[in-house]
Amino acid sequence: MSASNLDPSRLTIAAAAERLRRRELSAGEILEACLARIAATEPRLRAFLTVSGELARSQAREADERLRRGEPRSVLDGIPIALKDVFVTRGVRTTAASRILENFVPPYDATTVARLRERGAVLIGKTNCDEFAMGSSTENSAFGPTRNPWSLDRVPGGSSGGSAVAVAAGQCLGALGTDTGGSIRLPAAYCGVVGLKPTYGRVSRQGIVAYASSLDQVGPFGADVRDAAILLEALAGHDPLDSTSAPLPVPRYQDALRPEADGLRVGVPREYFQEGMQPEVESGVREAIAVLESLGAAVEMVSLPHTPYAVAAYYLVATAEASSNLARYDGIRYGRRAAAKTLLETYRRSREQGFGAEVKRRIMLGTYALSAGYYDAYYVKAQKVRTLIRRDFDRAFEQCDVLVAPTAPTTAFRLGEKTADPLTMYLSDVLTISVNLAGLPGMSIPCGVDGGGLPIGLQLIGKPFGEESLLRAAYAYEQATDWHELRPDPALCAAQGPAGGPGDGGARR
Amino acid sequence: MSIRREDVRYVADLARLELSAAEEEALVAELGAILGYVEKLAELDTEGVPATAHVHDVGTPLRDDVIGNAPNVEALLDNAPERWEGFFRVPKIIE
Repeated sequence: MSASNLDPSRLTIAAAAERLRRRELSAGEILEACLARIAATEPRLRAFLTVSGELARSQAREADERLRRGEPRSVLDGIPIALKDVFVTRGVRTTAASRILENFVPPYDATTVARLRERGAVLIGKTNCDEFAMGSSTENSAFGPTRNPWSLDRVPGGSSGGSAVAVAAGQCLGALGTDTGGSIRLPAAYCGVVGLKPTYGRVSRQGIVAYASSLDQVGPFGADVRDAAILLEALAGHDPLDSTSAPLPVPRYQDALRPEADGLRVGVPREYFQEGMQPEVESGVREAIAVLESLGAAVEMVSLPHTPYAVAAYYLVATAEASSNLARYDGIRYGRRAAAKTLLETYRRSREQGFGAEVKRRIMLGTYALSAGYYDAYYVKAQKVRTLIRRDFDRAFEQCDVLVAPTAPTTAFRLGEKTADPLTMYLSDVLTISVNLAGLPGMSIPCGVDGGGLPIGLQLIGKPFGEESLLRAAYAYEQATDWHELRPDPALCAAQGPAGGPGDGGARR
Repeated sequence: MSIRREDVRYVADLARLELSAAEEEALVAELGAILGYVEKLAELDTEGVPATAHVHDVGTPLRDDVIGNAPNVEALLDNAPERWEGFFRVPKIIE
């Protein structure tokens, strides 16, 4: 497609920035194209909880003024970005997809949001997610599920489902999410976009609605690897307001993007190719590994023997932290308050009415795991197993620079398919969770589609603060293939388009 | 690992959650299933293995002790479900 007639909402961030700089396109035009896509597709997709059109239009006008003067603040100046609704945004409602925060308007910005504002990004809105980021399908939102733009009867993955969908459907050019057990990588895989979960500590968590603080990490979604690198460079760095953010210099991540993989040592963890995985996922990922090898990478099998214990360890550690973090929602200082005569009743009823079923389940599980008599058997045991999982990775990284594996054992599942059984839903994260327990960077990039036209995700896992190796491998692969250019069929998502039934795929090659 | 209805009630009380009878019943089954699943951790010998406290030890950062302004008090109180002048208003806690 020639550049001149391409819908601006379908541009990559890098391409849009170049056209903005050359004044072939204005920030206002890009924003209006995205808002038009939102108007056409939202009735079906429901990726957004809040569209901040007025704020975005004023930011786009300011960006155009700077661009006219030839003084853009950064490559992101004038680029529409969406934020998962767990990033607090000054003056813009922030709900965490929960009734308890339905009317919460934060008085400050998350550090990452402030960094985007400083760089001139246009904040187009807040995206849907599982309530408090607890889920793998975005079905746990108190405000209804988001649908997968490749097939409307499928989930987009979760918890950052809205952000992945918004990028896949051209409702924005890039988006931010958070990843505690796979919440960026899983939706990226299910929606056919690039999602990057940085090393724990690489990006500030200040101003993120906390779920599990030793696991939560902020990261970007982009249409391709370069866009993810651009956003990571904007987000990364030490923040005095987050003492767990690493006081390390931020590399120029775009410099890592080279179209070859010479000398890159790639490990393939055998435990990530398990019984019961969808055959097309396995073959797609194995083909991708062969592509990396043809680009000069040295590929070898490695073992991460404690992988089968990761989900169990995660659901004890994460829920324990959640039960503590969510104690703050007491109906006193902000958020929903239920009518009650005593203070204790106020707490109990506000939380009863404000939290959804999955949030209550995790608070209960976490409280149980921390309670007297069970703390050592559950919480401490899980933290010890976490050490074993970290050691597995340490050993694997003695012989390789990156690991590659599927992001998920299957492509996107159907809405309602796993809601009846919490444990089945938890197991959707079986291939992403270890990375969070070990605090490593991980990424998902598109590497094919299955017979129904649903995207397959290739997961890359790096050493601590090894995002450059991840990006290098991902970019080399992307340059040699064209899966990232595949987009869902716009007619499918449009309000007037055909209804999404089983087997409805996106645009095929 | 089986969990009883009174365990669910006890934990709900610790967590300051009011639960309906139906919710209690569902949680007995769901927590039982999840706790049954996590039992698999007991298969691993973790004798002498330290519990993870922090995934990357980057030390304890210290900053200078500088006086600054907290976020705007009015903006904070604007989010209160009930306020009275410069205070959060709560139900009476002392008779």
